[in-house]
Amino acid sequence: MAQNVRPRVRVPATASAGEVINIKTLISHQMESGQRRDSDGNTIPRSIINRFTAEFNGDLVIEMDLEPAISTNPYIEFDATVPESGEFVFTWYDDDGDVYEDKHQVEVS
Amino acid sequence: MMRLERLSTIAAAMVLMAVAAPLSADPVDDQLVVNGELELATDAPAPEHLQDRMSTIYSGWRFRDTETRDMQRDDFDNAMFLTVDAGIDLWNTPDGATNQSCADCHNDIEESMRGIRAAMPRVTEDGELWSIENFVNDCRENRMEAEPWGWNSNQMKQMTAAIALQSRGMPVAVEIDGEAAEFWERGREMYYTRFGQLEMSCANCHEDNQGNYIRSDHLSQGQINGFPLYRLKDQGPVSIHQRFRGCVRDTRGETFAAGSQEFRELELYVASRGLGLPIESPAVRH
Repeated sequence: MAQNVRPRVRVPATASAGEVINIKTLISHQMESGQRRDSDGNTIPRSIINRFTAEFNGDLVIEMDLEPAISTNPYIEFDATVPESGEFVFTWYDDDGDVYEDKHQVEVS
Repeated sequence: MMRLERLSTIAAAMVLMAVAAPLSADPVDDQLVVNGELELATDAPAPEHLQDRMSTIYSGWRFRDTETRDMQRDDFDNAMFLTVDAGIDLWNTPDGATNQSCADCHNDIEESMRGIRAAMPRVTEDGELWSIENFVNDCRENRMEAEPWGWNSNQMKQMTAAIALQSRGMPVAVEIDGEAAEFWERGREMYYTRFGQLEMSCANCHEDNQGNYIRSDHLSQGQINGFPLYRLKDQGPVSIHQRFRGCVRDTRGETFAAGSQEFRELELYVASRGLGLPIESPAVRH
């Protein structure tokens, strides 16, 4: 069970129509690779975020699969074009079945 | 004859190398503005007690690379904020036999802890010199009746980082006279004492050779106004005493323990070398 998982997102609150905005996301997560062993020699089970998506008004903006080599606290930064006011929905999928979600409104003037 | 000529060629080459080798670099000329709004001074006139040795004091930020400096300009990019957030969670989490949290007595961390980090370490009513970690553990043991945290444990660094953030931008304000004077004097003596197999004192690097390179490391003045901070090399938070241990170890000496009397006195003296700079915690260094 992943502990202390907390998504963080930075999205500008306002933008002009068609503007390309920069979005930063960070989720605190141990990203245990499944390759390591504990002091008794037992394999520490894999526990990672395996998928990330961002949607804007229901349209998929970015989707990525994350693999075990990705470090602790994955940081994902990307640009997106916003045609109209709306809501970004960011979703992280954990190996243990948990799903973490964060939403941000953008006002287009 | 041949041999002599060859020798002189080698000698000439060595002279050239000696001229080209010293890679002296002064602190970079840059301004630290955090989140585009909080301006933090990274240089100041040296405090009075230092003026016979240097005229200007610089934050370690001015000795780091562009990418590292940029990380500290934005709290989202500053990896230390994961530690700070965890510390704020701890602040609100009840613990110990009395089932109390820090917030139960001290309420809002933003108000009650404002300025605390800037004045640390300080002399207690009992005449002892305490660092912020001592105060945290005193609360844990005597008020919460909880197990004390290790000086360099994750929880301790999370808590001290959360507390230090509340002083960000406030000037370093350690007391060095009155009751603190004897501790400060001993800290000062330690700063100039050579330790270890390499026989190096703090001053050899951070005063005599500030701005020079020791292998690939750009030597700063060793200011501690950014601690606890995120160190890229360690991929995690680092406390003041942890950094002191690293320095003494690098002299190939047997180090003092984190939390020891020696390191608290040194902490007071080194903090006083930054009088005039603002608290920068949680900083980013490499």
